[in-house]
Amino acid sequence: MSAALELEGLRKSFGKAEIIRGVDLSIGRAERHAIIGPNGAGKSTLFNLITGRFPKTSGAIRLHGKDLTGLAPFEINRLGLSRSFQITNIFPKMSVFENVRCALLWAQGHRYSFWSLVSRSRELNEGAEEILEQINLTARRDLPAGVLSYAEQRALEIGITIAGGADVIMLDEPTAGMSHSETDYIVDLIREVTKGKTLVMVEHDMGVVFGLADRISVLVYGEIIATGTPEAVRANPKVQEAYLGAALEAEH
Amino acid sequence: MTSLDQTRARPAAGGLSLAVLAPWLMAALFLAIMPFVFTDNSAITIMNQMAITIIFALAYNMLLGQGGMLSFGHAVYMGLGGFMCVHIMNWMEDGLITMPLPLLPLFGGFFGLGFAMLIGSFSTRKAGTVFAMISLGVGELIAACSVIVVVFFGGEEGVSGDRTYGIPVFGFEFLHQIEVYYLTAFWLMLSAALMYLFSRTPVGRMANAVRDNPERAEFLGYSQRWVRYYSFCASGFFAGIAGGLFAINYEILTEENLNLATSGMILLVTFLGGVGFFFGPIIGAIVFTLLATVLKLHTELWQLYVGAIFVATVMFFPGGLAGLLAMHVAPWRLGKMGVLVKPYLTTLLPGVIGGLGLAGATEMLFHAREAATGDEAMGLFFMEVSSHSPVAWAAVLAVTAAGFWLARRGAPGLKAAWDEANTAPGGRR
Ligand SMILES: Nc1ncnc2c1ncn2[C@@H]1O[C@H](COP(=O)(O)OP(=O)(O)OP(=O)(O)O)[C@@H](O)[C@H]1O
Ligand SMILES: [Mg+2]
Repeated sequence: MSAALELEGLRKSFGKAEIIRGVDLSIGRAERHAIIGPNGAGKSTLFNLITGRFPKTSGAIRLHGKDLTGLAPFEINRLGLSRSFQITNIFPKMSVFENVRCALLWAQGHRYSFWSLVSRSRELNEGAEEILEQINLTARRDLPAGVLSYAEQRALEIGITIAGGADVIMLDEPTAGMSHSETDYIVDLIREVTKGKTLVMVEHDMGVVFGLADRISVLVYGEIIATGTPEAVRANPKVQEAYLGAALEAEH
Repeated sequence: MTSLDQTRARPAAGGLSLAVLAPWLMAALFLAIMPFVFTDNSAITIMNQMAITIIFALAYNMLLGQGGMLSFGHAVYMGLGGFMCVHIMNWMEDGLITMPLPLLPLFGGFFGLGFAMLIGSFSTRKAGTVFAMISLGVGELIAACSVIVVVFFGGEEGVSGDRTYGIPVFGFEFLHQIEVYYLTAFWLMLSAALMYLFSRTPVGRMANAVRDNPERAEFLGYSQRWVRYYSFCASGFFAGIAGGLFAINYEILTEENLNLATSGMILLVTFLGGVGFFFGPIIGAIVFTLLATVLKLHTELWQLYVGAIFVATVMFFPGGLAGLLAMHVAPWRLGKMGVLVKPYLTTLLPGVIGGLGLAGATEMLFHAREAATGDEAMGLFFMEVSSHSPVAWAAVLAVTAAGFWLARRGAPGLKAAWDEANTAPGGRR
């Protein structure tokens, strides 16, 4: 069985600075994979390369065995990959409900239809309501998304990402800026909606990482210094030295 | 779309409710009885012009308000649709083809659509400045073509036709203005309804999404470019319909119908009405047509005033007239409109009077400089004044100064009243 997502010798330079310096990684189907590492290690950049936001400098990226070279973000999304952003990236002037509903359109096969009305599709509207319920924003339904609080916008960001039911879901710091109870809630939600799916997640909260991930990769200065089960990574002396020691320290 | 719209759209899961249909039925009824209220031909001409401008402005807002595309050359699609329709009228006159006249705007629409498909294929690749510049370039190019491709555009005189050669519909041959009015009103209702429905389709919804955040839209499976392209084509279609109606109404099209001035005018109309609401451009078109008609009758400087009003709108009410109306929904719901009456009277009214005073001074200056020597008498606000009389000058300047001074003095009070009117009784905003 081929991996859901495969990176091979992936490199990315911005000008002279090489930010991703040869990443090899294979993430299996239905695996929950966390990528951790210090600030500026290149985690978000890695996400941006995989999802077609930035062009890679060299190497290969394969989704379900298919090479993604040269594909635009929307084409990659149509292959069943959906992502969230570290910096909230929503539709600020549209209502919360519209935000979610738009996230369902392509996934439900509406394409560029100008002959059907969105209000007529029960599947679409009920699907959107259901997502709103899951992310606890039903009460905010009709507000412009731009006026939501930061934590609410983060929840919406995740809602938009999971709405389409993509089978590879990539979340960039989903719980950043959330309170403890919000984090617990969102982690449960993530666990639930990614059942049977592939999850790739960047996260600084080690509680979340160790609670959710099947495997963990540690990215430091554009290189993966360790990949393995949570226990193995935690025990790895290299990881201890480069990152985890400090990060776990900070937890206490 | 804006909050108003969304709350209204809520119960629409499924059938058409009366709440959704009511405004449309009222509009249809309104259009049906208008000619009985304003019976003379010039009024009907103005109403026809309004209807055409409404369709054009709504089409334009599919780009600007719904899709986030700022076009400086949208007159091209209306103009081309119009030119095509005049040619078709001429072919009907020559007996080459035959059809009922009410179908003609459809062909204008198709011509606008075809051209939009062509231009849009490269202009919608990027939004923002690139799109705006291409629209400007294409607008200039087509306007220049009008003197080059004389067969189609008729050179400087344009092309003219006669609308009465279509197959009569229920005995109507469209000789009379009133018959043309109902034809135009029919197309207005149909186009407005279709444009509204377009905004409720998947691609129409995504047009909003691409306007708000094109990048995120791409991560939802939509190519921002193709979403823009569909809006652009639809907009070209409806602009073409407006062009067809123009051809029927005026039976002549000239370079003026597709030049940059006309493109600028529709931007102004749409913005004045408010781009954030579906009905904004409708208000804009009505107000603009009335304003232009009235001002044109009374002053040569009408464009100056229209320009000033536009600048004031952009600066003080970026939501346009529709936005201004929508701002009052909250006080209305709180039952606090009464709080606003007094400050409006003591602040806005003097402001308006000050503005009129300034306009009066401008008119007098213009008259003093431009009129033939010895001609000192001019009409100003229904009065006969001398543009050289110091007394008249003192009066007009005093009114201006007093008006602005009062408005300025009242401004803090207005602001306080506005805050008060928007505060729920519990004290929470
Ligand atoms: N578009 C860009 N142009 C130039 N440099 C960039 C760009 N994007 C990221 N970088 C640089 O790449 C490095 C890695 O950034 P990245 O955002 O991927 O880090 P990260 O691991 O996600 O960090 P954090 O934990 O703070 O989110 C940083 O030094 C950043 O300045
Ligand atoms: Mg990051």
